[in-house]
This record gives sequence, structure tokens and C-alpha cells, in this order.
Amino acid sequence: MSTSTPPSPARPVFEYAPAPESRSIVSIAPSYGLFVDGEFVDGTGEPFKTVNPATEEVLTEVSAASEADVDRAVRAARRAFEKTWGPMRPADRGKYLFRIARLLQERAREFAVLESLDNGKPIRESRDVDVPLAAAHFFYHAGWADKLEHAGLGPAPKPLGVAGQVIPWNFPLLMLAWKVAPALATGNTVVLKPAETTPLTALLFAEVCRQADLPAGVVNIVTGAGDTGRAVVEHGDVDKVAFTGSTEVGRSIARAVAGTAKKLTLELGGKAANIVFDDAPIDQAVEGIVQGIFFNQGHVCCAGSRLLVQESIHDEVIASLQRRIGTLRVGDPLDKNTDIGAINSAEQLARIRELSDIGEAEGAQRWQPACDLPAKGYWFPPTVFTDVSPAHRIARDEVFGPVLSVLTFRTPDEAVAKANNSTYGLSAGIWSEKGSRILKIADQLRAGVVWANTFNKFDPTSPFGGYKQSGYGREGGRHGLAAYLKGNDQ
Amino acid sequence: MTHVLEPDALPGATPAVHAPLPPYDDVTRSDAAFRAFLHGLPGVDQVGAEARAAQLGTRSIKTTSKAWAIDTAISMVDLTTLEGADTPGKVRSLAAKARQPDPSDPSCPQVAAVCVYGDLAGAAREALAGTGIHVAAVATAFPSGRASRAVKIADVRDAVENGADEIDMVIDRGAFLTGRYLDVYEEIVAVKEACEGAHLKVILETGELKTLDNVRRASWIAMLAGGDFIKTSTGKISPAATLPVGLVMLEAVRDFRIATGRQVGFKPAGGIRTTKDAVKHLVMINETAGPDWLDPDWFRFGASSLLNDLLLQRQKLRTGHYSGPDYVTVD
Repeated sequence: MSTSTPPSPARPVFEYAPAPESRSIVSIAPSYGLFVDGEFVDGTGEPFKTVNPATEEVLTEVSAASEADVDRAVRAARRAFEKTWGPMRPADRGKYLFRIARLLQERAREFAVLESLDNGKPIRESRDVDVPLAAAHFFYHAGWADKLEHAGLGPAPKPLGVAGQVIPWNFPLLMLAWKVAPALATGNTVVLKPAETTPLTALLFAEVCRQADLPAGVVNIVTGAGDTGRAVVEHGDVDKVAFTGSTEVGRSIARAVAGTAKKLTLELGGKAANIVFDDAPIDQAVEGIVQGIFFNQGHVCCAGSRLLVQESIHDEVIASLQRRIGTLRVGDPLDKNTDIGAINSAEQLARIRELSDIGEAEGAQRWQPACDLPAKGYWFPPTVFTDVSPAHRIARDEVFGPVLSVLTFRTPDEAVAKANNSTYGLSAGIWSEKGSRILKIADQLRAGVVWANTFNKFDPTSPFGGYKQSGYGREGGRHGLAAYLKGNDQ
Repeated sequence: MTHVLEPDALPGATPAVHAPLPPYDDVTRSDAAFRAFLHGLPGVDQVGAEARAAQLGTRSIKTTSKAWAIDTAISMVDLTTLEGADTPGKVRSLAAKARQPDPSDPSCPQVAAVCVYGDLAGAAREALAGTGIHVAAVATAFPSGRASRAVKIADVRDAVENGADEIDMVIDRGAFLTGRYLDVYEEIVAVKEACEGAHLKVILETGELKTLDNVRRASWIAMLAGGDFIKTSTGKISPAATLPVGLVMLEAVRDFRIATGRQVGFKPAGGIRTTKDAVKHLVMINETAGPDWLDPDWFRFGASSLLNDLLLQRQKLRTGHYSGPDYVTVD
């Protein structure tokens, strides 16, 4: 420190040695069947392979459910609804849900490792977010099971019957929990189709259902691709369809369900505005921007993919953001220090690349930190586009990847106008130290979820869902129960 | 303010106030201007800062990086004794430990400094002669800082004359909390001048400032006034060096260097007792202020019991098994 000290030796950089979570806790079978009527059975469709997107290693082969398989599953669910689950005392249904929640916690590490292997998301997120939240959803809904008459949804709310549920690949276990927990708590039975690229945690969940002695047929899991999903949605004996996924598929489901008695909830895409005012807590806002767009590689329907930053602080925020992005660690999803994992599939990677190239061609400035990407697997570095105009496709289309588009505004009115100028309306964020401003802006935003001084925070008690092309219906909270009960059309 | 000593009794006790570095050279022109500047710094969202600190705490530092972190942490320790019962003998014993923390392993690095009360700085100086280990002394009516400025300046001069090459001062928290920011600033400037060549660490006592907004403002006051280090705590108040407080102070030194070009060091003190805590701090520096601060010139741990835990963990890495408290020395 003082001049008398000898000069310090060349300073080594603080490199983090690999800290991989062991995958020995999971055992993946060479092949998997469907879970129908409490048993694992082979599907009659063409089996498909699921790969680890970080290495392109084939993890296992999974049965595909044909129309006939789906029919068997729906009949099993109907039987269970009529004979066991429907007539069961609500408190006993709650007991099963509590049991499932506890088993999810007990086997949390197994679920987390399997999710990261199949999906490519960092173990830090599957361990700290996906699995604990999935368990929380079961705990929360278990509590509702015998209190539905006090939910403000009528004196004696009745279940719908069989729910057909189709979920996406971005949060495989968590989306399963969002669908299955409320359906079961309200007395329905389910036929659930996990995404084609991420079926493994749903199949492990089937094992948990058996471990919990859940009566046969209450939960049925049919793996497969689009055809299987269509068979679930279009099956004549399904009373309720719940879908989370792309707006394009959501639209075709709405068409298929139109004119039937089926009840429908859709949770579709988004292009959320994350609005940073000049009086924001800048360091936390930067953290929230990072959390908003790079959480789960940006494979989040409510991702804060449009950063709206007040012009007066644009340069400061972008400099801070770039410095922070420089510390993100991209790589092996099983390494406990990884912040950004692999893109889920080659197909999704191609879409992210295509939209990014279009962004550049349209005149936006692309910025990416220097980072070494693994040679095998599907990878895309965290990316920021500045000089984006509301007319650019990267400001309008959902990229569903780690790509942030930065726009500016001058006044609160302009911020609201630009934020609402989207065909989507799932979520939004506001950053300001001024409480009155937050409340006023939140009121003006047409988005199902508005976060203030935080982003991408989820809780089972809080309803989640969209406006406009982001879908309809709510999941979670008291509102989410309504979607599975008779006479509560929203 | 009542005080026993006449301000005139000590020549130069109220030195001229120097202006801060550009671009901030006009912010201390008046109380109102200084207040406007400090309250114009971006706010800190406490929930967000705590979440970020907790997230950094989940980094998993293993094998070679753990070994590097432990040795680096040892070389950053300000080995401290600040007790009423301190004696020259106690200080000599501490100095011996500072030079050779692990008698069973000569490859173990020595610590950065020994930190004592000002009257014992001479004993420390003598015991550390020729080692390159610094002598840090607390001054300015440590730990409360409740004395007149003249007394504080005299305290600093005394410590420097006794051989301290680093002075750890406390800010006037009373003045800070009543909004007399310019008083706080001027006092640091005066102390800095009294330090002559010695480096000045400015203790904010964040446990008394309470809010992270206050921590950020106090950090800026200390840096603008010419402090070489900003330090969290005296160790006499709980909570002391928490991770969220460290995060905000590291953001402050980072932002200050970007704006002025001058680098200021950071020293968390009090409450850091385990290797795990120390490694969390190193990770936080690495990812907040950056690797430039991963050096004993720019980062210190104010601690006493921490060193033995670092040594135990170091032995564990070397031998593959845990020893016990009898395999490290009592202070």
C-alpha cells in the first residue's frame, strides 16, 4: 500500500474451477412408455429420442402416444373422475397433494438434475427456482382442496371432469405443476402432454404419483409431438383444455375447441416491456434487466425482452448492463456457477439466429460479450440490441431467447404508449424509486402481470396470465381455481 | 459542542478544505449543494440488493480456485486486536502470528497488516520491522467518534507518530444522521491531512447508518474527501460487515473510479469469521468492482478469528482431512 512495500506479484485472475453437480443421482432408463391408468405402458406411435441440448447426447427414447393411446388415457381419467377422485372427500384429495408436494421436495435434487439434463437450463435455476416453485404450487393447492366453498367462487363449486393439458419445454416440471395442482385440487382428473423435447421430468413425476399412491387414472401422461397434443385437445370426452405455449399453436387450439362445451385457458407468448425511469435504483434495475431477459436463456413467455429506458440515463444504463453481462457465465448447465445454459433445441436456436440477423439487417446495433461457447450443443450468447425502433421485428416478435431489444422514451406517457404497443400483453416491469409513479403506470399498462422494482418473480398465490394475444384465463391464486370449476367463466 | 481542548491548542487542527476530484469539484460548495448531490445518487432498492448479494453467495468455489481464494484472503487480513486489555505483549504475539500465520507451513502467506489502538502502534511497528506488514491504528475517538475534532486530530497524530502507516478513522454518524454532510466531509479531509503519509481508511459504521441509501451516501462522502479505503464497521456494533452492505460499497468504489479515475479500496470488518464468508466476499469483489480490487492494496478483511478458520481450511486442502483448533495458534 505505501511506497515501502515491494510491488505485488502479477495478480492471478479469480478463475472459478468447474463445480459440476453430479448426475449420478438420476438414472435414466433406455426407454420410456406412457403413464396411463397408473401404469407405464408402451405407446403405439413412433417413438422419439430426447437429447441433452448442452451436448447433443441422446438421453433416452420415449414412446409417442397415438390417438388410440390418448383415448385410453382419457377413458382412464374419466373412470377415475367418476369412481375415485370425483367422489373422494376433498380433505383426502388434499392429503394426496400434500404427499406429492413433499415427495417433490424430498426428490428435489433428482428433479433438478434431470430438468437441467433434458432442458439445458442451469442447475442453479432448476435447483433454486423450478423445483421449489413446483413443490410450492402443490402445497398451495393442497390447502385449497377442502376449502373451495370459501374461495368466493360459489357455495358448492363443482369440478369440470377431465382436463386435457399441453405444456411447453421451457419450464417442464413447473408448468406441469401449474396445470396439475389446481386441476387435482378442484377435483378434476388430467391427461397431460409434456413437450416433445422435455418429457423426462413429467415421467419422473408419474413415478412420484405412484409413490404417493395416487389412485390410478387421476394423472395420465402421454408423451409425443404435435399430433399427440392435437389428439388430447380434440378428444370428445375432454371437458377442459389448458395450454401453455406459442400463440400460433394457441390459435389453432382455440379454433379446434370453438363450438364445443370445452372450457379453455391459454397462456401464450409475450414481448414484455421492462421500463426503467431516470429515478430508478440503477444497480438493481440492471440486475432486474439481466434477470428479466437472461433467466432461463430467455425461454420465458413473460421475459422482459423490450427494455424501455429513459433517454437521459440510456448511456449509463447500457454501460452498466454491458459490464454486468460480461460477468455472466455461459456453459455447462450442470455446473453450479453457470448463469446461462443451452438453448433447448436446434430448431429454437435457428429461430433466435434468424430473428437476430433480421434485427441487424433492419439497422439495430448488436452487442455480445466475449464468451467461449462449447463446441457441441445448442448455444447462443447473451445479446443486446440498441438503436431498436418500435417498427423493428426484434421489437415486436417474440424471440424466446437471450436477446434484449433496447428502446428509449422521454416521458411517462411515451413509455406507456410504447409498452402497450404490442400484440402481446403478458407482463411488464417498472423501475422507479417513486411509489406514486409505479402505481400510476402499472394501472395504465395492459399486461397480466406488472412487476415493480423486480422481474420474473412467481408465487403460487399470485394469478398469472395475459391480455390480447398472450392468451386468456389465469393460473395460480384464487383466480386460477376458477378455470377448473363449473360456472366460473372469466 | 463542548470540548475540553481549545481548537487553537493544536496548530493546524482546522485545515483548509480541499475540493474533491473533478467532475465533483463543486459539489461541496455549500451544505445545500452537497445534500442535493448525495440525495441525487441513484437509490438502492434494499430487496434487490439483498437478493443480488444472496445470489453471489451461491457461487461454488472448489479445488484450485478455493486454494487460491484462501491464500489470497490470508494475504488480505488486517489481523486485529481492539480490546481494553491489550498490552505490548499481546501485540507482539499477534505480530508474530501475522508474519507466520501457520508455523507448520512456511508457504503460508503473511497477512496484510496488524490493526491496533494508536498507543500500541509503536509496539506493533517494532515487532513487524522489516516484514512489509503494515501497522494500522484506529483513531478519532474510536469506536464512537464522540469527541471534538481537535481531540480526534490529536489522536490521529499520536498514532502516526507512534509508527502507524494506516489510520482507521470513524465518521461522525451523529452529524451524518442529522444531515450535516459537509461536517462529515470536512472532518475526513482534516483527518486525511493529519495522516500525512499514512493511508486513511474511513469507517462508516454501517450498522448505525441502517439504510443502504445511507451507506451509499456515506461511501461517496468518504471517497470525495480523499479516503484511501472505505470500511464498513468498527466491529463494536452489530450488524457489521453484511454482504448487501459490501455490495453497495463495492458498487460505490467501482462507480467512483469510473467517474474520477481514482481507485479507492474496500475493507469489510466485523462478523466475517469463516472461510466461506471470506470467499463470498472475494466472489462479490470479483463480480462487482472487478479483479482490480482482488489485491491487498485494494481490499482487506478486518478480522481476528477469521485467520484461524482460513488456516484450518488451508490445512484441510493440503492434507485432505480436518484437523482442529489445537492445530492453529491462539492469538
